Amino acid sequence: MLDMTNEQVKKAAEFFAGEIGNLAGSRKIRLMEVCGTHTVAIFKAGIRQLLPASVELVSGPGCPVCVTANEYLDTAIAYSRQPEVIITTFGDMLKVPGSSSNLATEKAAGADIRIVYSPMESLDIARDNPSKKIIFLAVGFETTAPIAAAVVLMAEQAKINNFYVLSAHKLVPPALKALLMAKETHVDGFLLPGHVSAMIGMEPYQFLMDEFQTPAVVAGFEPLDILQGIYMLLQQIHAGVPILENQYGRIVPQKGNVRACEILAQVYERTDATWRGIGSLPSSGLKLRKEYVAFDAKENIPVVVEPTKEHAGCRCGEVLRGNILPTLCPLFGKNCRPEHPVGSCMVSVEGTCAAWYKYGAGRWQG
Amino acid sequence: MAHGSGGKLSHDLVKNIMWPAFANDILGQMHDGAQFMIHGTKLAFSTDSYVVKPLFFAGGDIGKLAVCGTVNDVAMNGAVPLYLSAGFILEEGFPIDDLQKIVTSMHKAAEEAGVYIVTGDTKVVEKGGVDGLYINTAGIGYRLEGVHISGQNAKPGQDVILSGYLGEHALAVMGERHGLTFPQSVASDCAPLNGLVAELLAAVPQIAVLRDPTRGGLATTLNEIAVQSQVGIMLEEVQIPISPAVQAACDILGFDPLYLANEGKMIVFVDKKYTEQVMKIMSSHVYGRGARVIGQVMEKPAGQVGLRTTIGGVRLLDMLMGDQLPRIC
Repeated sequence: MLDMTNEQVKKAAEFFAGEIGNLAGSRKIRLMEVCGTHTVAIFKAGIRQLLPASVELVSGPGCPVCVTANEYLDTAIAYSRQPEVIITTFGDMLKVPGSSSNLATEKAAGADIRIVYSPMESLDIARDNPSKKIIFLAVGFETTAPIAAAVVLMAEQAKINNFYVLSAHKLVPPALKALLMAKETHVDGFLLPGHVSAMIGMEPYQFLMDEFQTPAVVAGFEPLDILQGIYMLLQQIHAGVPILENQYGRIVPQKGNVRACEILAQVYERTDATWRGIGSLPSSGLKLRKEYVAFDAKENIPVVVEPTKEHAGCRCGEVLRGNILPTLCPLFGKNCRPEHPVGSCMVSVEGTCAAWYKYGAGRWQG
Repeated sequence: MAHGSGGKLSHDLVKNIMWPAFANDILGQMHDGAQFMIHGTKLAFSTDSYVVKPLFFAGGDIGKLAVCGTVNDVAMNGAVPLYLSAGFILEEGFPIDDLQKIVTSMHKAAEEAGVYIVTGDTKVVEKGGVDGLYINTAGIGYRLEGVHISGQNAKPGQDVILSGYLGEHALAVMGERHGLTFPQSVASDCAPLNGLVAELLAAVPQIAVLRDPTRGGLATTLNEIAVQSQVGIMLEEVQIPISPAVQAACDILGFDPLYLANEGKMIVFVDKKYTEQVMKIMSSHVYGRGARVIGQVMEKPAGQVGLRTTIGGVRLLDMLMGDQLPRIC
């Protein structure tokens, strides 16, 4: 929380918006906010309306549910159909469409799927159901992965042998690198995720300067954090000098959360991972190290998964790569709405399409 | 499950399944309860079923909720609730001590609200048939003379007044259910509002709309009113009362307090010239202390609710989609 009155916040916002306008001039500038939480915060605060028309904000591949591949959902669905399995998951995974079903449908049909607010609840469920196999759907970036790692360590210590992890953890920096290397998406600067950075620190983004000379600012989530972050990006672009800057110093230390990173590295190792809309990226995901293979669902519980099918017409992939805005997808707001999502970006509250729809893009008539 | 959460899917269920089967003029009023006349007496009648999980939570329990919820629904018709019915569906083996606590709490709540529980029913079903205990209550009362409350009465020139802080009930129940410890404790706001409603209507019978923002929260309730009255509603974010405790818990869980259920709050739409009077009465009442003028009614955009943000942007405030939180009342 910023210790400012509403009046002061409004004044500061006007200052940043004015400066952003001055720095941008008539030049077209395209900035990418990588993180889904930023996407939502930008809408919630009405930030776009304060920016000049020449400054465009596009969302990146930073919503963990959105980038989870169909194949992972299909695997989770196949597990949920096994009578001895209890699936534990964060609530926003329930409605993500797989190839032919989703977890909400399976739950309604009788599968034992339980929403948890902390992965640790999975251990209680494991203790209470010794004859069942509890599979936690470990989805998320560097922010949530250390918690999943800690739960694996707790399970080991408590000798719980019916708890498993189905890991789809992903890493943000490799995805940014892939986007820049593909050269398909033009980005003048990155607004980098505050929470992920609080874990990993600043160093993993250094390649943005060294290899791509692209301006980048780690920013917080209050409206003023975001406006200041954009202002800092504009200053870099205006000066023609890209620097890796930290707007969110009150939360993000240079080195990140060292202890959390240690726990993560103890339990997980890097692996290739499939991103929805982007494809397979080298060393962009996490899998359990061999010392913890006893907790790896895939290594211990056989499962037959249906062949993966993509949804025709859905342009989530291009939205996730920052290539198009959601409103350009032919399904947006028509066949694909929050109550009936076709693509993953419409499911999670942090999904790009869901945010655009919820906060009125193309609908608000005021 | 999402069909029961009070959001868009709930509306679709009522519209597509219930309404075609039961359609009649009284049901068509689309209010928190029915308004009709019997032998010249103007009455309000409402019913609600309570399936909250867990049964006990900070600030209340299923019994208190079952009384206050129905009392409030009747009161929101501009009525004085008088009598309640109570139906209990118990799971075989339900602890008698808990039942005792719950009926005692119902009695206490009824006493505070000045209503009597005058008829009831108890059924026991086999283990697993229900989850512990469900309660249905219905309430009846008489509508005050010279008062006309309806969701269709919102008009440009009216202010939107909210009686206090948002989100406490939903978070208290959630916290209890999942054993969550929030940075600051949050207790349910569950309370009978009929006393405050009576005071307000006695002084300002011109009040146009009364509604309690329960499931789906403030955002969903205001969207319903905007659609029913075919008006636009513009809210000022800085005026919406949200306590630091609720905000902190929402930040952690990723909830939006504007969509969280309340069980002791109400929204009043009234012509601007009566705003000061309404605010004065609210602010001096125990259940209206946090009252604020949070927005106003506009001609356009018809059927939509907008929010002017702290930094001066404007955005759509949509209805709740799906179930943010199942089984909170």
